[in-house]
Amino acid sequence: MNKENLIKYILAGAASTSILIVILIFMFLFKEAVPFLKKPGISALINQDWRPVSFFNESFGIIPLFTGSVLVTLLATALALPFGVIGAVYISEIASVYEREIFKPFIEVLAGIPSVVIGFFGLVVLAPVIKSTFNLPSGLTAFTGAVLLALMAIPTIISISEDAIRSVPKSYKEASLALGASKLQTIWKVTVPAALSGIVAAVMLGMGRVIGETMAVLMVTGNAPLTAFNPFTSVRTMTATIAAEMGEVAFGSIHYRALFCVGIVLLVVTFIINLVAQKFLRKYKI
Amino acid sequence: MKKIMTIIIGAGLISVVTAGLNAQNQKYLTIKGSDTMVHLVSAWAETYMKENPGIEISVTGGGSGTGIAALINGTTDIAASSRDIKPKEVDLAKENNVMPLETKVALDGIAVAVNPANPVKELSMSQLKKIFTGEVDNWNQVGGNDEKIIVLSRESSSGTYVFFMEHVLDKHDYTKNARLMPATSAIVQAIAEDKTAIGYIGLGYAEESKNKIKVIPVKKDDNSTAVYPSEETVKNGSYPISRGLFLYTKTAISYSGIIREFLNFCLSEEGQKIVTDNGYVTVN
Repeated sequence: MNKENLIKYILAGAASTSILIVILIFMFLFKEAVPFLKKPGISALINQDWRPVSFFNESFGIIPLFTGSVLVTLLATALALPFGVIGAVYISEIASVYEREIFKPFIEVLAGIPSVVIGFFGLVVLAPVIKSTFNLPSGLTAFTGAVLLALMAIPTIISISEDAIRSVPKSYKEASLALGASKLQTIWKVTVPAALSGIVAAVMLGMGRVIGETMAVLMVTGNAPLTAFNPFTSVRTMTATIAAEMGEVAFGSIHYRALFCVGIVLLVVTFIINLVAQKFLRKYKI
Repeated sequence: MKKIMTIIIGAGLISVVTAGLNAQNQKYLTIKGSDTMVHLVSAWAETYMKENPGIEISVTGGGSGTGIAALINGTTDIAASSRDIKPKEVDLAKENNVMPLETKVALDGIAVAVNPANPVKELSMSQLKKIFTGEVDNWNQVGGNDEKIIVLSRESSSGTYVFFMEHVLDKHDYTKNARLMPATSAIVQAIAEDKTAIGYIGLGYAEESKNKIKVIPVKKDDNSTAVYPSEETVKNGSYPISRGLFLYTKTAISYSGIIREFLNFCLSEEGQKIVTDNGYVTVN
């Protein structure tokens, strides 16, 4: 009995590691950020200028970083959405077993490409193409970053959407076909709507992946902290800011604290996206 | 019982003696100062420690001013500085009975580069300042085509970012439109792709990427001739975006023991090879 309990506790302990880690990370971030919130205060963050190194006027406005992340994430999601969802519909409903065997491994490979490799591809190949296609002065734009991030989000969206589409009960489709609907009508009018909450969850999880992505955007978005909603200007995302500046910042300085504040904002946003996604996932499982 | 006591006392004595000997052999050296030089000084310290076991060197940044202040206060043995000591600091040192001694250990030059297709042949320091602060944003204002200038800079964490800001931008802020690149290689790549881009890179890199980018000769002021950055022009001081890198020591003890040996190592052939490896210019 005792032994059984012990094993139970060990298993429970292993299972709750991730909860513990999330709590610890939150605590650590707040511990490092709190001195900034006391002085110079939270109002210093709500500012249009991110200018952490300056001889006369340093400024830690998080607004351009936030809008930068939002712009890149929304663009990437908009780009990934059609490919991801239509791809999932094809693979789960139309493709033959043989085709599926070819598609699936490639999607997995795409999911596994290190983001720094994708970033380098973006810098050397994609940026010049985007520059000449849209006749821009520079290829280092929010749009370039969004295209790369879409590449990374597509596998996530396809895999989870496919699961959702497959779990639509067979009886729904059979009923639709029996009423005389064509295969395509059945897919778009019955199967996809029935799986919709799962597909929404897939897109949300894809977004979660995109907003936290660092290396690829750091390499191709140009990193100018501009508050702009134009896809063809340079943007600086929250993740890129942390990655680029944390390495050399003086320990305990205001700049160091400000980066932790950026980290908290990022974590909270990802947390919310995941919560919403979970809610949709639960809905389609019932 | 007695025997055991003897052994314990004996062992105790031996350990005390050896500890004393260790303390005598153990040598610590602290170097503090310039963030730009941290990598270079760390590289020296690592090699020196490898060759001289028992010596420990700790290297910290904090900025040139911090390093010199620490030297005056006696909290560091050597101060690393990427600028000359200010007269004010010398006065302060004298008050504290310290006579700082300067050793120039390396030179640093920053090249300004554009795309090979850019027709601009030379730029003056004041033009560079205007371009990088955003006062000028079209190439036709500095003798080029009617095209918008894309300003490329290193990330704010880079020492070169601060150096360029201090010496070329005259401590003014970079334009908000400046694209901040995560590495020198990314700047080179972007200049090679963007016909209208301008950026700055270390001399070593400029040499390596000669066929991809065009290095622009720089004029000190509007009347002087433009100088192309090279080891030679950095050494003789004719290239304007260059500076000396210094180690400062206290005169009284600087020519004794480990501090002198370390300085000699930095200036030795091996030490100067590390200078080249880190992308700086040697002093001799």
